[in-house]
Amino acid sequence: MNVVSVEWYLTLGALLFTIGALGVLLRRNVIVMFMSIELMLNAVNLVFVALSRHLHSIDGQVAVFFVMTVAAAEAAVGLAIIIAAFRNRETVNADEMNWLQG
Amino acid sequence: MLIEIGIAVIKALVVIQLVFGLAGILGWIERKGSALIQDRIGANRASIFGFAGAGLINTMAADPLKFITKEDIIPKGADRLLHWLAPCVNLFPAVVAFAVVPFGDVLYVGERAINLQVAPLDIGVLYILAIMSLGVYGVVLGGWASNNRYSLLGGIRGSAQMISYELAMGLALVAVVMTYGTLDLQEMARAQGEMLWGVVPAWGIFYQPLAFLILLIAGIAESKRVPFDLPEGESELVSGYFTEYSGVKYLMFFMSDFVEVGVVAALSTTFFFGGWQVPFLTSEGFAFGGTVVLALPNVVIVLLQLASFMLKVLFFCWLQILVRWSLPRYRYDQLMRFGWKTMLPVALANALITAVVVLAFQEA
Amino acid sequence: MHPVVFGILSALLVLSALGVVLARSPIRSALSLVVTLFLLAVTFLFLDAHLVAALQIIVYAGAIMVLFLFVIMLLNLQEDPPVVMHAALRWLAFAGGSLFLFAGIAMFLGSAGAGPGLQSPADAAFGTTEAIAARLFTKHLLAFEATGILLLIAVVGAVVMAKRKLV
Repeated sequence: MNVVSVEWYLTLGALLFTIGALGVLLRRNVIVMFMSIELMLNAVNLVFVALSRHLHSIDGQVAVFFVMTVAAAEAAVGLAIIIAAFRNRETVNADEMNWLQG
Repeated sequence: MLIEIGIAVIKALVVIQLVFGLAGILGWIERKGSALIQDRIGANRASIFGFAGAGLINTMAADPLKFITKEDIIPKGADRLLHWLAPCVNLFPAVVAFAVVPFGDVLYVGERAINLQVAPLDIGVLYILAIMSLGVYGVVLGGWASNNRYSLLGGIRGSAQMISYELAMGLALVAVVMTYGTLDLQEMARAQGEMLWGVVPAWGIFYQPLAFLILLIAGIAESKRVPFDLPEGESELVSGYFTEYSGVKYLMFFMSDFVEVGVVAALSTTFFFGGWQVPFLTSEGFAFGGTVVLALPNVVIVLLQLASFMLKVLFFCWLQILVRWSLPRYRYDQLMRFGWKTMLPVALANALITAVVVLAFQEA
Repeated sequence: MHPVVFGILSALLVLSALGVVLARSPIRSALSLVVTLFLLAVTFLFLDAHLVAALQIIVYAGAIMVLFLFVIMLLNLQEDPPVVMHAALRWLAFAGGSLFLFAGIAMFLGSAGAGPGLQSPADAAFGTTEAIAARLFTKHLLAFEATGILLLIAVVGAVVMAKRKLV
């Protein structure tokens, strides 16, 4: 087993995705949760690129391009929301952001 | 294989030496040049047995020695790891950006052809953009890790400013890439060897004058020098993100400033002023109208190209220093408005027009 | 890629990813994420995805993460208090996480070394800018235009959100 096959990359991607998911579930700081989501997106990117190489199809890399674009849009809007929320309540704790309950 | 690696290592070492040497020389030019502009004498105190070398001893020997022997102060409550990391992160991108800059054409040693470019990447321009976008981390980290309000403000200003001007720079480079049809800087330099109407060198400046202006302005903004030096803003923020630095770390911030000037100069030269090209010099020798007038050996040609590249780079460094000591500083809102409402639309329009023209020429 | 290189790279990746989740101060989280993204870009290089690697650094490390750092510094966020959470949520997180982990390990043990896919040499044009651009601007043109509109909406949305008063 002296060659790195595509499964290794998939496993690595799954590991990174798990860590990101745990971050979203365990942390209460909205910004850190947000970064964990970025981590999950990147784990998926890794899987896309590995499979694209495995299947000799460039489409996987094109998909990564779209993931990045969406991530950029998401970061811009998400961070704007965080700043607006912080202006109102002086907090970035997700548990304290409950003022939609009225 | 081993020889290949050896050549690559030698090329990298030579380029790093050149870059650091350039930073030292620029320190001297900056101090003496500012003195000239402000009608002073400038650095002239340090001397070895009475030999001051027109201030060179001051800037090349005395200053670094002083910085190296100074106490390294880390403020109370500062993040020690990040405080140490920031100057390294600041200097690193500026230096490695030179990896894709071609210093000359191909040098032949016996049978071996050596491409005078450290890393011939097929994504050269994107590499430059990627590396330059990492430069902001040094500023952000320095500002954050110092545990100082002025530093923090400087870091915030720096991150917003650099990310804003990167956009215009990237769009200007898009137009350049479309003009040459390649991302490799060496290919770009080679493409500029032709002659327009037999007399004018076909340099990028004649195809993309607007992109050159945008690149130069955005480059000065990226290297955070006057008129865009708000992250440092010494009249408001003491010295901005590196207020709390001393000794070698300060020297590293100081040097990366000059290396960034060198990067902007090298990029302007390569994209718009023929890179290492010497007018009328082909790979055979000097040629006018297609006939070789003066045949030269390969070594002489390569040396001429190197000299030409250095001369152009020094000229653009000098230009930036001249700008730095002549212009007043922008206000922060003016800087942002200029970046987003002038630079970005102009760069966008330039890219669009270039695309249309390139397409029209392809159709024809 | 040699297994040793892969081992080192993936170990560093997992460590830095854990740093994102575990670091107490948000700025260290963000820097860990920058390191993760950088290492991922290196991994992409080994997978013949040069353009994607460059884009990864330009877009993620150079733009998105700078935005994160900017916001963290703007809000001047210091260290978070220790995590306090519902026991149920914690168990859910651990159960889900371990399930995923076991699935990954099972898949790895079940099929490691089975496919020779990554060893077969890719043709020289694979992953170059030209190849991706040709695909992107023909087959995926509609999606490309749609992302353009998405970005425009995001820009407008961000500007409206960041305004002091919502009109």
